[in-house]
Amino acid sequence: MSLASASLDHASRRDGALNGDALNADARREARGMLALLSPGLFLVFAVIIVPIGWLFWLSLFDESGQLSAANYARFFEQASYIKTFVTTFKVAFTVTGACILLGYPLAYMLSQLPRRAASICLIFVVLPFWTSVLVRTYAWLVILQRKGLVNTWLMDLGVISQPLPLANNFAGVVIGMTHIMLPFLVLPLYASMKTIDVDCLRAGMNLGASPAATFRQIFFPLSLPGLASGVVIVFVLCLGFFVTPALMGGGKVIMWAMRMEQTTSLYSNWGAGAALGVVLLGVTLALLGLFHWLLGARATGVWSRR
Amino acid sequence: MSMENALPISHRQRLWLYALGGLVMLFLIAPSVIIVIMSFSGSSLLEFPPQEWSLRWYESYFGSLEWRDATIVSVKAAVMTAIVATLLGTAAAYAINARTLRLTGLINALLTASLIIPVILIGIGTFFLYARIGLNNTLTGLVIAHTVQALPLVVLTVLSGLRSYDMNQEMVARSLGANRFSAFFQVTMPQIRFSIVSGALFAFITSFDEVVVSLFISGGETTTLTRRMFNALRDQIDPTIAAISTCLIVLSIVLLSAAQLFGRGR
Repeated sequence: MSLASASLDHASRRDGALNGDALNADARREARGMLALLSPGLFLVFAVIIVPIGWLFWLSLFDESGQLSAANYARFFEQASYIKTFVTTFKVAFTVTGACILLGYPLAYMLSQLPRRAASICLIFVVLPFWTSVLVRTYAWLVILQRKGLVNTWLMDLGVISQPLPLANNFAGVVIGMTHIMLPFLVLPLYASMKTIDVDCLRAGMNLGASPAATFRQIFFPLSLPGLASGVVIVFVLCLGFFVTPALMGGGKVIMWAMRMEQTTSLYSNWGAGAALGVVLLGVTLALLGLFHWLLGARATGVWSRR
Repeated sequence: MSMENALPISHRQRLWLYALGGLVMLFLIAPSVIIVIMSFSGSSLLEFPPQEWSLRWYESYFGSLEWRDATIVSVKAAVMTAIVATLLGTAAAYAINARTLRLTGLINALLTASLIIPVILIGIGTFFLYARIGLNNTLTGLVIAHTVQALPLVVLTVLSGLRSYDMNQEMVARSLGANRFSAFFQVTMPQIRFSIVSGALFAFITSFDEVVVSLFISGGETTTLTRRMFNALRDQIDPTIAAISTCLIVLSIVLLSAAQLFGRGR
């Protein structure tokens, strides 16, 4: 009896160990399989993004004679043209972000207050431009804003102005065009976060005697700030590296960071300098996104899954 | 559930909000509408509303060998990008969803890197790499570069489909004797196919509308439509571009509606 139970015990322990081994082997096989599924995508990203950027970073550390030096970075502080590029870039980025807040907040607020059906119809006005080619939209603004464009023709026909307003091929044109392109990036995350604000909080505020304005100011607005922050960060970061609109609507006068990179590499074939510009741009971008992630614990890429 | 029922604020008190929101919506949609209308203009002056109507800019688009070749290159690249990105992206999303691997954070960061990294840097980097391995001005190079940019969208779209799907169903199929592949293709895929199709459509349009990277790595016989448009816009404003733009806007509407339709099916 005791002998039998002992051998049974022994057998079950042995089976247990075997089962454990089998489970571990299965888990390892499973993990290998999943890694195999991921590897083609990861390989492409690694080959096309990580390797070239690492290479450019390496290049940026050498001057034109092939000597290890910080010359490519030092010129950012020494040459006035670079400083001007940075100032222009940040000026455009701040102005566009500000314009997006002013236009985007009321729109997102309205969308969040509308009944479901009406909101989804109005959302088309945000999503359709989001998925329309940046080139097409920039072209449209060129047609609307140029010297003989729609706005100037209309205003002159109406007798409001006698000379065409300089709206395109300058700072104003770049800001208007870029605001149009960036606006959905602010509205979509903001709208998504406003939808999650609990109506009961607002109702409680009003029941306790707060006016609609006070309810908005003291309850709704603070609760909408995380969504606003994620929209602001993504817009600002995209503005810093934006190329198409300033290149086409800046008239050669508004040189932004990305245009400078294109000129340095394509026109002057100065890879070291162009690479250094890219490294700093990437550094600033990652720092801003990292700061945002650290402060709010949210991922800025969320905008893409909230279309 | 809607708030105006819950809160004692009438629509009339909100008129200013609706007016403001309406104006912003107008700002968003007006440029596309204006371009579509102007593309049917009969004059070479860009006037609005057009004095006379014609299809001459469409004739000039479809009749031009250069524009037609560029369109064909873009369509080819977009179709191939959609296929490759959907395959790789769906596989990656499945693996991420299984949560058996460590470092999921790092894997996610890598796969979505192209959404965060400035496109101009990707363009210059890709050009630099391709110059060494002879992929500049090739369709293969274009498809690889576009796939990397479309991959995050496919992964995110398919992942959201997988999150609303109960993976136990696939386990049941496997415990009943189906192997991994037939369990996925017969049980899981039919239920997430709408996300996969949406992902493919987003990949297509990402490739078709891509400008910056194409500017660097396409040229000669593989010049994409967007690259040719960009160069044309740098020189002068040719009304032919209004006709091309209208076609691109219609394409966006069609693909977006298709994605919406498929999305609702889920």
